[in-house]
Amino acid sequence: MPLAYLLRRVAFMIFVVWSAITLLFFLPRLSPINPVRERFAELQRSTGWAPRDLERLVKVYEVKFGLNKPLHEQYVDYMSSLLRGDLGYSIMRYPRTVGDLIAQALPWTIGLLSVTTLLTFGIGTGIGALAAWPRSPQWVKGLVTPLVVLAAIPPYLLGLLLIYFIAFRAKLLPMGGAYTLGRFTGPELSFPFLLDVARHAILPALSLILSTVGFWALGMRGMGVTVQGEDYVTFAEHKGLSLRRIFYAYYVRNAILPQVTALALAFGSIVSSGILVEYLYGFPGLGSLLNAAILANDFFVIYGIGLITILAVAVSMMVVDLLYPLLDPRIRYTRA
Amino acid sequence: MTLQESPVLRVRDLRVTYYTDAGRVTAVNGVSFDLAAGERLGLVGESGCGKSTLALALMRMIKPPGRIESGSAVVRTEHGEMDLLALDEESMRKARLSVISYIPQGAMNALNPVLRVGQQMLDALQAHAPHLSRAEMRARAEAALASVELPKDVFDRYPHELSGGMKQRVCIAIGILLSPRVIIADEPTSALDVVVQRQVMETLQRVQEQLGAALILIGHDMGLMAQVTHRVAVMYAGQFVEVSPVQAMFTQPLHPYTQALIQSLPRLDNRGVFRSLPGVAPSLLRLPSGCVFHPRCAQVMEVCRREPPPAVHTADARFVLCHLYGDDENVAPRATLTTSPQEVRR
Repeated sequence: MPLAYLLRRVAFMIFVVWSAITLLFFLPRLSPINPVRERFAELQRSTGWAPRDLERLVKVYEVKFGLNKPLHEQYVDYMSSLLRGDLGYSIMRYPRTVGDLIAQALPWTIGLLSVTTLLTFGIGTGIGALAAWPRSPQWVKGLVTPLVVLAAIPPYLLGLLLIYFIAFRAKLLPMGGAYTLGRFTGPELSFPFLLDVARHAILPALSLILSTVGFWALGMRGMGVTVQGEDYVTFAEHKGLSLRRIFYAYYVRNAILPQVTALALAFGSIVSSGILVEYLYGFPGLGSLLNAAILANDFFVIYGIGLITILAVAVSMMVVDLLYPLLDPRIRYTRA
Repeated sequence: MTLQESPVLRVRDLRVTYYTDAGRVTAVNGVSFDLAAGERLGLVGESGCGKSTLALALMRMIKPPGRIESGSAVVRTEHGEMDLLALDEESMRKARLSVISYIPQGAMNALNPVLRVGQQMLDALQAHAPHLSRAEMRARAEAALASVELPKDVFDRYPHELSGGMKQRVCIAIGILLSPRVIIADEPTSALDVVVQRQVMETLQRVQEQLGAALILIGHDMGLMAQVTHRVAVMYAGQFVEVSPVQAMFTQPLHPYTQALIQSLPRLDNRGVFRSLPGVAPSLLRLPSGCVFHPRCAQVMEVCRREPPPAVHTADARFVLCHLYGDDENVAPRATLTTSPQEVRR
């Protein structure tokens, strides 16, 4: 791989990340909600402070978080602390740092979403490939339609149905959370704990899988229909290759290329794609954290999670760009 | 009949029907012919006359809604005779490439763009000769590439890195990889420019002679047929209307359709004046009564509208399907032409 190409590609990625962070910095500031005031207003209602004391407290905290300075100075401050790797403090949950909150939530999200993303990719692509293959049995071809219908239902609605029927009525699985709170004081590395986590993860995973597998199947079937009519597939059959070999090396291998791009993008949006489902199931991942942060307009937590999302998308797109020539020899490294 | 004389391929009464929504279409309608080892048979006819369907039927690659209705295609190999149309699915898969091979019009899209050429050759060897070691397979593949005059490094190239002529040569190399008895080449040069066309054709002819395989060459190019083949079969609406040695076909075509085809060729002595054949090929859904060619025939007779023409085998080993020759043993065509093969050549 030419070094110049790699450098250009990395420079482009840095530019993308910087522009996204900048946009993200100004976006929550358009909201009239002052996170500091939000935090203390409730305290004031319950303790009955004088409004004057509240104003003073807000002032002190605004100075502490640097919110009293002009916006462009805050931007410079934020960017320079970012470069030092400092994500700042959460306003709502001061003195906890944003880095600390994210580190606690991230493993849950990555654990749930990476498994569901890989599963949906595998199942959906497999069904789509079989659906477009002329020798598949009829029932496999008919599988795509119900999956597409499921894909039209938003995952949180599907999640509600699953909670109602499987968790609430049938009581087969827990209704929410990541593990049984009474049984375990915190995450630990033991078999009963992992089993408990898996039981809690089934329903959120199922709502994510059922609501996205149709898209993968549809995409793969579309490519498969094109590829199975190509001359090289026919010629492979003329060569007397086994159907198995034709299926994998001359059909799936060619039809899967766009799916791989989509998979990388799905991995990039892993952080954000499960937000509603996580919230619905009370799953302690980034989605729940982001939801709480947005409600309170907790700038620095929003920035921190946004940064991770942006980085994940940008990095995975760069990885696809760099790996694609290995998958498709017709693509070469030329311009960034 | 000695072994030498017995044909390497014997096709009898081959019928292929497509069951379309508009009705039944018989694309190959009772075709019979013999092919000797080392013989090159040209197969010509208008688009839609059934020549590609015939080739696919011999490869047993007719897909639904098409169906092979009847017939036999017996190939003689060193292990005895086998009827391709009677083999089970797995035996037929093994017969492809090793007994009968098909060379597609490869310049465009016949090679998988994401696999190296070598891998596509190894796949074929893996499917038919799995007992070979990897090194032996590679040696066989490289020998096949060398025999079609391609450099060794083509083995490690991707198809998009090759020219159209090179890709066609790769297809030929794959087609001869397992020394088949019969090779079908379906318009192998139609996407190439004329210079490359001749080179590729010479290569195909040379490797076919080395193998001693029979070659069925499908195409529209009468000039090419005159240069390459021993015999030419003319197909019209799913039937062979004439099969003649190439010299006789051009000097004294028997069937009126063949005569019209020959007359439509550019010739040196009447520059710019080509005779074209009036009308279009009939829809296979509604074939004319009697002789299928009669609506376009210049020498149509009353009997042609009523009765299907007789199959006439002449004393000089020619075949024609026409009422003109039905009665007498000595074929005396009422219309003759004087085009010689030399004039037809480019």
